[in-house]
Amino acid sequence: MKAKVYVPGDSAALSVGADRVAAAIAKEAARRGLDVTILRNGSRGLFWLEPLVEIEGAAGRLAYGPIEEEDVASLFDAHFLSGRAHPKALGRIEDHPYLKRQQRLLFARCGVTDPLSIDDYRRHGGLKGLERALAIGPAAIVEEVAASGLRGRGGAGFPAGIKWRTVAATAAAQKYVVCNADEGDSGTFADRMIMEGDPFALIEGMAIAAIAVGATKGFIYIRSEYPHAFAKFNEALAVARKAGLLGRSVLGSPHAFDIETRLGAGAYICGEETSLLESLEGKRGEVRAKPPVPAISGLFGKPTAMNNVLTFASTPWILAHGGKAYADYGMGRSRGTQPFQLAGNVRHGGLVELAFGAAIRTLVEDFGGGTRSGRPIRAVQVGGPLGAYFPTSLLDTPLDYEAMLQAKGMLGHGGIVVFDDSVNLARQARFAFEFCAKESCGKCTPCRIGSTRGFETIDKIVAGKNAEANIALVRDLCTVMTDASLCALGGLTPLPVLSALDHFAEDFAPRPNRIAAE
Amino acid sequence: MTRKQAWDEGLAGRLIEAHEGADGALLPILHALHDAFGYIDRAAIAPIAAALNISKADVHGVVSFYHDFRDAPAQGPVLKLCRAESCQAMGCEDLVEHLRDAHGLTPDRGDGGGLSVETVYCLGNCALSPAALLDGAPIGRLTAAKLDALVRQAREAAP
Repeated sequence: MKAKVYVPGDSAALSVGADRVAAAIAKEAARRGLDVTILRNGSRGLFWLEPLVEIEGAAGRLAYGPIEEEDVASLFDAHFLSGRAHPKALGRIEDHPYLKRQQRLLFARCGVTDPLSIDDYRRHGGLKGLERALAIGPAAIVEEVAASGLRGRGGAGFPAGIKWRTVAATAAAQKYVVCNADEGDSGTFADRMIMEGDPFALIEGMAIAAIAVGATKGFIYIRSEYPHAFAKFNEALAVARKAGLLGRSVLGSPHAFDIETRLGAGAYICGEETSLLESLEGKRGEVRAKPPVPAISGLFGKPTAMNNVLTFASTPWILAHGGKAYADYGMGRSRGTQPFQLAGNVRHGGLVELAFGAAIRTLVEDFGGGTRSGRPIRAVQVGGPLGAYFPTSLLDTPLDYEAMLQAKGMLGHGGIVVFDDSVNLARQARFAFEFCAKESCGKCTPCRIGSTRGFETIDKIVAGKNAEANIALVRDLCTVMTDASLCALGGLTPLPVLSALDHFAEDFAPRPNRIAAE
Repeated sequence: MTRKQAWDEGLAGRLIEAHEGADGALLPILHALHDAFGYIDRAAIAPIAAALNISKADVHGVVSFYHDFRDAPAQGPVLKLCRAESCQAMGCEDLVEHLRDAHGLTPDRGDGGGLSVETVYCLGNCALSPAALLDGAPIGRLTAAKLDALVRQAREAAP
């Protein structure tokens, strides 16, 4: 009997011992003389269950988790010998409610397939989008992406179809496709999961973009904090070249396209698109003033189709199923699905892909199951370090671009970080300024200087020095940073700060008073 | 941990040459040197500038802009400890205090005596916060007890 066992090679799974579990499974199988193939899949995104081991059998893929080395022997007994349920048995993984309630388009394959097998990728619907793209040609690709309503998943939410149309219409001898994989927002990991768990989807998406805009060369800028994603993606590129997906003739077509990887070097600001381009060119990651936009003058001054990992990786599905089918998901002007990432102090943290419009509460309560500490939720930060802190009274706000803006927040890259009632929002507001000061590229004054003045002033407020006047000063400073910063770092740092002031004013009360009040 | 090799002008020259033809070659060159030696030696600035036909000030400006590039080799293994919001929500600042109180270790100070602790903002392992990276190996759900073991191991292995 030959058994197929899946042990995720995703770095989150590795962080809780997946490699040790895989080694223990190999050893146990050898000891029992069982013929077992161990496959290192991506993660399903149910991280509290990692390492999540799956065994393929007649009934489908049966899951067990979280599995530790000590569990391996009893797991073999239960699965292969007695047929009795193991205490950590989860049943058929597809039936797990956390997965069953999701609408996985982009993440349909992640955790299912062998990330480095192009055959497995094809078997699960891969390359259909690129094949159709080659058949319909550049102009029709752009129209299909425009019809889908797909907006930039990096955070800015700019319509991808319009961006691609601009690059396609700009004449140049050389154009580029650049993928922003500098996923620096705390609480986000969807890009990393795709690069490690379904890298061909990203490669296919970048190839579709290249054909649409007439680019022959692509770059992907991966942050150095993701060493496993960088290594895995490089391996995937080598496989893709061998399979004819990249190279002089993409899938046998007259289109040439290849991708080079570049490693970031620990600068948050390089997630900002113009700063990333400077960094790719070998310079300090200082933001550029816009216009010109990168679609017209981007990498090395050439027209550049630049998008986030999730944006590119969404396009194979759109091309394969049609823009209209994608646009059928979602609400208002936010079409399609968004991979939300549930993190922080949450019981069931993980990847939840849903159509736009789900409430924050659905994510943190229904999927997340409340806090990991068991204490009440007090604040939820949506959209990374530049996103707002929401109090529990606003948890019914729908997660879509416009509704988040209206609530003075932003959706960003879809990260959702939960805090329990031990959080101090004055401290979080201070951190927002401090982070901005540390990561500012230094080019514009509101961000470079304003951030430092900001945390100094918060220190004065909580020390009870002229609190009222200093709160007014922080609000004034926030207006200046919002209106006069060159990019989103300085421009959006006010969001977490103001949300903390607006919704959690009690945390800014001078410390002596607060002690007296308690 | 992977032992880094001592500064070697010849090897540095070969690494620069291997990458100087790439588009935007400076970062790939710096990463290659950093991988080999564990830091960017000052002596590397001039040959890089010459190879790329840019000024030494330009090279220095780039080296100093990015947090990753050290100007001296690390002492022992490098523990990159995430201190961003998701890990804050799970008590990473308590771990920082614990490192200071129990082991006299302050992140980013380089005074670890066997372990270098560095602050990073997000490792993309936010559902298993607090997160860290030990010489590239990911660690999830970090606890004070796990930290104690890491510090002990690093200090025992230190020369």
